[in-house]
Amino acid sequence: MRCYRAHVLVCAGSACVTLGCHPVKEAILEGIKRHRLEEEIKVVETGCMGFCEQGPLIVVYPEGVMYCRVQAEDAAVIVSEHLLKGRVVERLLYRDTDTNKPIPFMKDQPSLSKQIKVAMRNAGFINPEDIEEYIANEGYFALAKVLSGMSPEAVINEIKDSGLRGRGGAGFLTGSKWEFTNKAQGAQKYVVCNGDEGVPGVFMDRSILEGDPHSVIEAMAIAGYAIGADQGYVYVRAEYPLAVEKLRHAINQAREYGFLGYNILGTGFSFELNIRVGAGAFVCGEETALLASIEGRRGTPKPRPPFPANKGLWGAPTLINNVETLASIPPIILKGSDWYASMGTEKSKGTKVFALTGRIKRPGLIEVPMGMPLREIIYDIGGGVLNNKKLKAVLAGGPVGGFIPADYLDVSMDYESVAELGTLIGSGSLSVIDEDTCVVDLVKFFMEFSCEESCGKCTPCREGLKRMLEILTRVTEGKGQERDIEDLERLSDFIKNTALCGLGQAAPSPVLSMLRYFRPEFEAHIRDKHCPASVCAALLDSPCQSA
Amino acid sequence: MEATVEKCRCDQNTELEKVIAQHEGEKDDLGQIKPGGNGVVDASSDNELIKQQLESIIDEYRGKPSGLIQVLTKAQNLIGYLPAWVQTRVAKGLGVSLPEVYGVVTFYSYFSLIPKGRHKVAICSGTACYVKGSKTILKTLRHVLGIKTGQTTPDSRFNLEVVRCIGACGLAPAMIVDGKDVYGRLEPEQIPGILEQYA
Repeated sequence: MRCYRAHVLVCAGSACVTLGCHPVKEAILEGIKRHRLEEEIKVVETGCMGFCEQGPLIVVYPEGVMYCRVQAEDAAVIVSEHLLKGRVVERLLYRDTDTNKPIPFMKDQPSLSKQIKVAMRNAGFINPEDIEEYIANEGYFALAKVLSGMSPEAVINEIKDSGLRGRGGAGFLTGSKWEFTNKAQGAQKYVVCNGDEGVPGVFMDRSILEGDPHSVIEAMAIAGYAIGADQGYVYVRAEYPLAVEKLRHAINQAREYGFLGYNILGTGFSFELNIRVGAGAFVCGEETALLASIEGRRGTPKPRPPFPANKGLWGAPTLINNVETLASIPPIILKGSDWYASMGTEKSKGTKVFALTGRIKRPGLIEVPMGMPLREIIYDIGGGVLNNKKLKAVLAGGPVGGFIPADYLDVSMDYESVAELGTLIGSGSLSVIDEDTCVVDLVKFFMEFSCEESCGKCTPCREGLKRMLEILTRVTEGKGQERDIEDLERLSDFIKNTALCGLGQAAPSPVLSMLRYFRPEFEAHIRDKHCPASVCAALLDSPCQSA
Repeated sequence: MEATVEKCRCDQNTELEKVIAQHEGEKDDLGQIKPGGNGVVDASSDNELIKQQLESIIDEYRGKPSGLIQVLTKAQNLIGYLPAWVQTRVAKGLGVSLPEVYGVVTFYSYFSLIPKGRHKVAICSGTACYVKGSKTILKTLRHVLGIKTGQTTPDSRFNLEVVRCIGACGLAPAMIVDGKDVYGRLEPEQIPGILEQYA
């Protein structure tokens, strides 16, 4: 491997591509050529660095200087000043949102100082299209360790001891899932990666698949060994074409290097991986629906039991894990379960990736130890509410989650504490809403989403959600009645207890959460025909007569 | 028993073909919409070249029902939408019944029974975009294009859709044109300029 004096990392996550990182990269390459620095400086395209709002991003190593919102015109200055003369270009540095002071080094970023990256360890740091960069960062070491001396039971115990729980939403113990599938009888078994990241407001799976696809491939091979499967499927949303492309490339490379295919690393273990691209259906994130979709059918859920661990893909025992869960596996195998279990709380171990979005100063992807107070996440990492407005609530779990109101900001972000507030960590979406957002309008929007995405198989979800939407629409139009609150509560309770799959059961959550924390605001819509946040057009105090 | 099932299936197929054909008819009345897709103008079943290309797509999964979604995706990329004759051919090729194919086509939001415009304008309906004002952007788009969500402009230039989260939450509100060009941090004033780039 060649040695270079400096590396220029260009973030090529979806957000930065949108903001034009490719012309920037070209311009830098051109500048490097003009100054004849090709032998000394290497330009690397990486996956998402997590600072999506500040893109296009460039980081220059060895110093680790981060430049934000770089345009192609700026490239010449970066090359002539920084790369040639070693002087930092101050104008392009990230500036603290409060003090306006420049922060030159990436490691000093206020949002990074409290983060611990496990699942996202390589995203934004290596070139996802070069397997050698992954290997240089201990890539495929875990697979080698497992295949060269660990029994499947030992692997499963390691995962169980780490306390890792499914990061897709349900929070089921990953090790137990592996154990069930391992013990299930069947000549053919499958490993499936759930990359159908459908909850609006989350994009960690996309970032991992785009920025570090090999970590998912390695983990799936390890899982295959542990449960006795020789075939795997990665199910990716149709909306993520870049992720599919990167993954396809990575699978081919892994095959070439002998980490996939027949007789891996000469140990006699074989494992093959296929990609399945979805066709747009939220419900396919539910595991039984996802399996139906891989089989080429309508993605409707099935009652459980039988669980996929016993009867999954084409009736064979199947292990289904989410992208983020899988990406956490190789470090656990390498560093040991004790290391992973040392982070987090008693029942929620390790780290979790959250997608910070909405009305926040520094939106992006963050990875923190479980149990961090929400206040630290919002203010220390996220920089607080946009335009210094008053925080109204944080919405956790997207359209099937609930609110964490401003009064509860000190809640510890672990599965149990968040569940006590009537919401869920889910797949890690945290949307900040401020005083200008009407919760009734927002909840109506979520109900529209759930109605639209209901697969129609079971009546409570198909019909019940529609009735709830009708009531909510009525209320936002100023036609609410006193008994609507009672009706909503009754319907929610009914759907929660009788819907077929987890998505249907969770769909009424935002309504219940609203009635729990923002009841006065909802009542104002019904009794006073008034929208306190001035959002619902029919309920404005002084409607514009000429509108 | 076997024979009854077969017969039953045939009846369903003919019935369904009529239903699907009706669907297409309805939409045709909305305006002189020509099939879009990747520059394909004639998507009728008389076009031999298209037929050949479709058959070669089917060949990859011939007799394998599990390939249904993959085949339909490729077929739609080729033709621009999935008319009745395409569904019938796919059903025969993969060995699944036409009702099953129709069921899958209507279940997944990616598939369409009606011709689309040359350019697909899709506004993200994710939470982050909603909180940051995707409603206003959608309103502007509807106004500028003069069509409702799910419709195609009379000149077949654009069709407007609301899609699920495209994962560009850091750039909210966002829209995506032709499934690849993402525009983020949108303001209503930018919309006409963006649309102008697509002929």
